[in-house]
Order: sequence, then structure tokens, then C-alpha cells
Amino acid sequence: MIPQSHFLVLGAALFAIGLYGALTRRTAIGILMSIELILNAANINLITFNKFLGGPDGLGQVFALFVMAIAAASAVIGLVLVIAVYRNMKTIFTENMNIMKW
Amino acid sequence: MVKFAHLIPLFPFAAFAVNILFGRRLKKASALVSIGASVAALAIAVMAYIGNAFGGEGPYTVGRWISFNGFALDFGVIIDPLSCMMLLVVTVVGTLIQVYSIGYMHDDKRYSRFFAYMSLFMGSMLGLLLSDNFVMLYIFWEGVGLCSYLLISFWFERPAAARAGMKAFVTTRIGDTGLLIGIFLLFFTTKTLYFKDLAGLGINDATLTVIALLIFCGAVGKSAQFPLHVWLPDAMEGPTPVSALIHAATMVAAGVYLVARTYGLFLTQHTSLIWVAYIGAITALMAATIAAVNSDIKRILAYSTISQLGFMMLALGVGGYEGGTFHLMTHAFFKALLFLCAGSVIHAVHTQDIFKMGGLLGKMKATGWTFIIGGLAIAGVPPFSGFWSKDEILSEILKGGHPVLFGVAALTSLLTAFYMFRLIFVVLFGKPRSELHAHESPAVMTVPLCILAAFAAFAGFFRPVKFEFFTMGVSIAISLTGIGAAYVFYILDNKLLPASLRSRFAFLYKLVSNKYYVDEIYGALIIRPCMRIADIASGFDSKVVDGAVNMAACLSLTAGKIQSWFDLYIVDGIVNMTANVTWLCSAILRRFQTGFVQNYILIAFFGLAIMIFIKLIGGR
Repeated sequence: MIPQSHFLVLGAALFAIGLYGALTRRTAIGILMSIELILNAANINLITFNKFLGGPDGLGQVFALFVMAIAAASAVIGLVLVIAVYRNMKTIFTENMNIMKW
Repeated sequence: MVKFAHLIPLFPFAAFAVNILFGRRLKKASALVSIGASVAALAIAVMAYIGNAFGGEGPYTVGRWISFNGFALDFGVIIDPLSCMMLLVVTVVGTLIQVYSIGYMHDDKRYSRFFAYMSLFMGSMLGLLLSDNFVMLYIFWEGVGLCSYLLISFWFERPAAARAGMKAFVTTRIGDTGLLIGIFLLFFTTKTLYFKDLAGLGINDATLTVIALLIFCGAVGKSAQFPLHVWLPDAMEGPTPVSALIHAATMVAAGVYLVARTYGLFLTQHTSLIWVAYIGAITALMAATIAAVNSDIKRILAYSTISQLGFMMLALGVGGYEGGTFHLMTHAFFKALLFLCAGSVIHAVHTQDIFKMGGLLGKMKATGWTFIIGGLAIAGVPPFSGFWSKDEILSEILKGGHPVLFGVAALTSLLTAFYMFRLIFVVLFGKPRSELHAHESPAVMTVPLCILAAFAAFAGFFRPVKFEFFTMGVSIAISLTGIGAAYVFYILDNKLLPASLRSRFAFLYKLVSNKYYVDEIYGALIIRPCMRIADIASGFDSKVVDGAVNMAACLSLTAGKIQSWFDLYIVDGIVNMTANVTWLCSAILRRFQTGFVQNYILIAFFGLAIMIFIKLIGGR
């Protein structure tokens, strides 16, 4: 049987990759994709802790499904915003989206 | 008894109002308005004259005029032989001169303004004649003075005319001030202002003499008597009809009229009468000598006017009330005639220098002959009007027992005949002395001349003729001598004799031809010191007074500058400092607001990491 720490390492690695991507991607779409990675890291953790800490069966999976649905919705909203920004400003680079800055 | 004499001045005043308000629209019709008003005044004056002479009408009161604090003054009208005679003279002469003005002023650009002033003058003069108290008289007295000023400087574009008007106004004002003080003194000592009370005033003689002399002072200024005669010759800068009406026939006679009107006062004060007589005599002789050497046609007539007014004063001064007022009337006719003739001549030849004229009788028959009639009248040749009045004056002087004054009067008469016929011989006879294109004036000018000539010739018969054979003989002899001398000088031997006399009496000639240096003396004694004082005062004003004002301004400017500096740097500084501090803080804080999404995420992540770390440490 695969020990718990493997899952947690996978989750942490996924989170670290997501965070790195979110911090270094220059495009808004890249950042959105990285955030999806972070959310999936959280899903792995949810399922792992449900399995190994002895909660009711399936609770972690259900929670993960919730997160996926919400992530899809938030991705939709994020993409809509990116498209709207692109139409107005002809760019998807976040450093150029600075009209709200002082 | 119908009381309507107070309406006489209202017609000219109404004409003045119409002409001054609607003159631009009326244009040439403004003359008709003025003349119509004068004719209406003339008609009422004739009625008043008839009413006074045959109906026994006398002075009457129109109504209460001023009433306050125990003082009351009635608006009265005086109707007596003197005022009725003067009313007739003023309206007749005034009407004729206004008719004449239609021709003389026909192309003037202020045509209606001229007639407006003429009407204002007529109204004021008639009001002056009708006044029965000093207050009304003084108002109208200044009214005619104002009109005189306005009309002398009527052509104010010419500096000489403007200066002459000013000189006339200021010089007569000196006399008027005396008159005003006299009126005040009279009121404060006797509490009356009516002419009718003057004969029997029960106060001490010295005060009354002073009052009489002060009133005479006003007459001296208005009638251009020595020493205030200097304005009248300069007043000839005005249009000739004005010279004829105001400065020969009517306004200058107002001084004589004033003395005659207040004669009751003078009669009780012998000293003042002597003054009147001697001032009159000096003026008469002095002006006659100047007239004999002058060469400007209007100035000769002006000096002649001064001389004749002096003659009237002399007559009044020796007690010849009848003769003086009679001469006042005849003089008004013949001197107005002479001035209008002179105006006609000037109109034709466009010069005033008699030595550029000559031989005009052939070209200007009507003007020339009426001029000769006027000359005969003033020279005192029977049966023309001047003879009768002058003869009466001479006999009154003799009767009064003044041999010196009689001598002066006789000499003046001689000079009068001489200068007048010098003028006539030089202007009308002989050969033209320069290129002249003379032509007779239009009928609108010559018809008034003929009517005035008729008055000048026959006005002597307006009152019963008195025969005084001695003085008549003397007077005729004097006149003929004067005329003869002029004939010898200017017709027979017109080159040598005047020149040789001139060189023999060079000093005298220089003195007289410079008008006895009166203007120069006034200039040196009064005008220049006044100017000096004015200069000093102006210097004081511009240096000290203005300096003080400027210093005050300077100080407040400095104070304002300090205050503005305080406001700019201290008050504004505090406000700006508040703003600057806020700005500085925000400048630091906004560094955190980078606008890079990744920065926010990084900060959020590290913040979370730190919180977890603290939780891990502290939660143990």
C-alpha cells in the first residue's frame, strides 16, 4: 500500500508548481491555469486526509467534486474577465493592466 | 387795470426752451421762434407803456415769492416811465437785431444755438427791467452776464473769443461781487430789498454811502466804466449782432439803469453821486481818446460805447436823471444801428481794419447812408436824436455847477464827433485802400438798419423838446468842429496831417494807442501775481499735498506687501505643509501598490506562511 506521505508530497509538489506558476507567469491565462493546479493540490490533500484519518467514506471525494465544480465556475469567470480585458486593452499581460494603479 | 407785464419775459424764455431743446430739428425755423417771442414781448411792452403813460398803471405784485422765518419777499413787477421806456427799447432793438441776425448768421453751424442764447438774453434783460427788488434784479443781472459770456465766446473755436468771454465774465464778476455785498449790507442794516423803500432810509449816512458805492460797483462792472472797462473792447470777438444788442444797446446799459433805479439812494448821499460823476467823466474822456486812434471798426464802436456810458453816468452823477435816462434810450438806438452797419460792412469786406476799407458808400448804399445817420446822431447834429439827449446832459451839468465836468463833457463830445466821422470818412469815402469785393447785404439785414435809422433820427422827439439856446449853440459848434477836424484830417489831407501830429505828440499817441496801458497794468499788478500765487499753490499742491497722499499710499502699499508675504508664506505655508505631509506619506505607501498581480500573490503567500509558522510555534 502506498504510504500517506507520498500523497502529501505529491499534493505539496503540485501546490509548489502551481504557486511558482502563479508567481512567474506573465499572462493572465497562465496564472489562471496555475491556480487550477493549486486547487487540484488541495483536492489531493482532501482525499488523502479523508482516506487516512478515517472520516466517513466518500466525504473527501464529494468535497473534491465540489471544489472542481467551483474551480470550473471560477475559471469561467476568470476567462470572461480576461477576454473582456483583452477586448478593451488588447493585452493579456498583467503588467500592462495598470489603469487602476495610482 | 390788467396786470400782464410780468408775462413779457416769459415769451423769450419759452423761445429759449424751445430752441435749446428742439433747435436741431427746427434748423432755420429757430430764428422765427425767437423773433416771434420778441414780437409778442414787444406787443405786451407797448401795451404796458400805453397803460402806464395814459392809464396810470403802476407797479404791482404778482405773488409771494419767498417766505420763511419772518422774512418775506414778493414777486413784484415795476412799471414806471423808466422801465416802460427801457422795455420798449429792448424789445424793439432786440427784435430788429434778431431779424438782422438771420442774414448775418445764415451759414453758422450753431444757428439755432445762437437764437436760443439771444432769447435767453432777451428774457433775462426784460426780467431785470421789471424787477422791483434786489434779489430778482441780481438773478437776472447774472442771467444777462451769463448770456454775455456765452455769446462773446460763441465762436469758441477761436482762442481769442474764448479768452474774451472769460475776461468779460471775470471782470464783470468783480463788480457783481461789490453789488452782492452791497445788497447784503442793505438787507442787514435796513431789512428791506425793495427799490421803492430806498429813498427814505433812516440810518446813518456813512453806511448808506458805502451801500450806494457798492451798488455803483456793480454798475461799473456791467457798464464797463473805468477801471473795469477792459472787458468790453475784447467782447467784440463775439458775433456783431451780439455786440450790437448786448454790448451796445442793452446789457451794458443795465449798469446805468441800476443807478437810475436806485437813484433815490444816491440822491440822499452826495458823496456817492460825486463818485458816479467823476468815474463817468474819466471813463467818457479816456474811452473817447482811445476811440480816436484805434483802427478796428468794432473796437472804435466799443470804446465809443464805453465813452457814451460814461457820459450817462456823468449825467446821473450831477443830478441829471432825465438827461441820463434819455441818453440811455437814444444811445441804444443809434449805437445798435452803428454796430449793425459795422456788421454789414464786415459781412461784405471780411476785415475789421478801417484802413483797409474805403469808398464803400458807392457800393453799399443802404448800409452807408444809415451809417451816416447813426454817425450824425451820435455826433450830436440836430435834429438827430443824439443831439437832444446830449444837449440835455450838457445843460444839466452846467446847471449843476460843475465847470470842470462841463469841460470834460464838451471835450468828450468833440472827440465823439471827431472819431465817429473819422470812421465814416475812412470807411465810406475816399478810394478803396485794398482789394475789396464789397456788395450790399441782403434785405433781411438792411431793412432793420433802415428801421433803426428812423429811430436813431427821430427818437429825440419822444419827449417834449426843451430849448436851451446857450448849450445848444455850444453843442452844435462842438459837433461841427469835430466833424470838420475829421474832414480836414482824413479827406483833405489824409496823408500828412495825422502823421505829423502823431510824430509831434509821439508820447501821447503811444500812451493812447496802447489804451493807457490799463491792460498791462492789470497784467502786472493783478493777473501776474495771481498767476504766481496760483503757481505756488499748484506747486504746494503737487509737492506737499500730493506728497502726503503719495506717502500714505506708499506706506499702505508696503503694509499690504508685508501682509501679502505673510499670507503667501505663513498661512499658505501651513496649508501646503499639511498637503505635503499627506503627499509624502502616500508617496511611501503607494510603493506597495505595484500593480503586478504576482506581487500580491507573493505577499499573500508569505503572509499566510508566516501566520502558519506562528500558529505552529504558538499552537504547540
